Amino acid sequence: MLDMSKTAPGADDAITTDALIIGAGPVGLFTVFELGLLDIRAHLIDILPKVGGQCAELYPEKPIYDIPGFPIVTGQGLVDNLMQQIEPFHPTFHLGEMVEGVETLGTPEAPLFKVTTDAGKTFMAKTVLIAAGGGSFQPKKPPIPGIDDYDGSSVFYAVRRMEDFRDRSILIVGGGDSALDWTLNLQPIAKRVTLMHRRDEFRAAPHSVEQMRALVAEGKMDLVLGQVTGLKGEGGNLAGAVCRANDNSTFEVACDRMLPFFGLTMKLGPIADWGLNLAENLIPVDTEKFETSMPGIFAVGDINTYPGKLKLILSGFHEGALAAQKVHRYVYPEKKLLFQYTTSSSSLQKKLGVNA
Amino acid sequence: MPKITFIDHTGEARTVEGETGATVMETAIRHGVPGIDAECGGACACATCHVYVDDAWLAATGTPSSMEEDMLDFAFDVRPNSRLSCQIRVTAEVDGLVVSTPERQA
Repeated sequence: MLDMSKTAPGADDAITTDALIIGAGPVGLFTVFELGLLDIRAHLIDILPKVGGQCAELYPEKPIYDIPGFPIVTGQGLVDNLMQQIEPFHPTFHLGEMVEGVETLGTPEAPLFKVTTDAGKTFMAKTVLIAAGGGSFQPKKPPIPGIDDYDGSSVFYAVRRMEDFRDRSILIVGGGDSALDWTLNLQPIAKRVTLMHRRDEFRAAPHSVEQMRALVAEGKMDLVLGQVTGLKGEGGNLAGAVCRANDNSTFEVACDRMLPFFGLTMKLGPIADWGLNLAENLIPVDTEKFETSMPGIFAVGDINTYPGKLKLILSGFHEGALAAQKVHRYVYPEKKLLFQYTTSSSSLQKKLGVNA
Repeated sequence: MPKITFIDHTGEARTVEGETGATVMETAIRHGVPGIDAECGGACACATCHVYVDDAWLAATGTPSSMEEDMLDFAFDVRPNSRLSCQIRVTAEVDGLVVSTPERQA
């Protein structure tokens, strides 16, 4: 489980960049390489606190069999190799941040975008490459009737400020590290902490589970087995949770704060509000430049769509290479782009720091 | 080929033919059966192919592995007959299998 807490927004000065890549999955990472060969430096933003996207979050240990040249490579292995491959181009990563707004400042011929994140950062980017895969990883909301009424007032999916939970009766739901870590961290300052999980086995680190069980034994918190089926309260103020035990009996837990930890799901997120043409939550692009309906904004990898699109990592690599060619025209309008091979071009090899 | 019946949360049943060796999740996706998202594509990493196995078929489909149990923690309205359909293999033994899909996967 991930800690989705973020640093407080600050008044950072705008970061200027030629290329801003949204999403640090395999395709975003390889696009750094293709841009780098064309002397374009990139900044990358990802909502996860680590690079690799789905490869690192969903299947780090699973083998992938269709990466050209690698009969077998794990998700994490591929990410590690990509990080090594793009090292010569020193990309700057902004992790644990979500892009909120994209504002067009330039013209179609000379694009410029103001991009803001939920951590308060502002970027001035000549080009934006959306490599957001299946969207941003966000906490799953349990389908409890009426839960949205309490969202942000009594029900939270992350702890931004522990003080907000002081002297509260907190119901924490889940059995992973997030649930256990916050149980242990909030127990000393809460009025009462109740941990609810559907079974008496926990995925969390054994040490945390032991600590939790010790607190229960001392009577300092409660552990309840079951699932939340309904909420009670008024005007966004939670009063209690209606729960179902594993023997199908119903009971209630009095609480004024609830923290459900059900892992992450992928949501398109704010991309839908940037004014791009969308087709069923995907971004249509051309197949020459992989540019969107807005000149200077590109979409590569699983997030884009075009006739014949295949959601394969290798397709995303190709798309990044072609998009980089058009990015070059925006960033260096005066320069002629020479097509070169890394095997034979001494200038490319110099950029890669090999054969110097 | 083994037949599998999916009953959605409104009670509508769809019976499709599964390929031996494939998973129940793959069978649903291949036939466009609604109610199964399979966000992770079958890696037992997302719990969005959650189904309830009909009581008559519990013995034939077996019990979830500990990894599957861990992933079921991310599903909602988990019941004793809850399974992830990416972890159930289509075999001759499950010809006629009936599973229900929940109202929402994620």
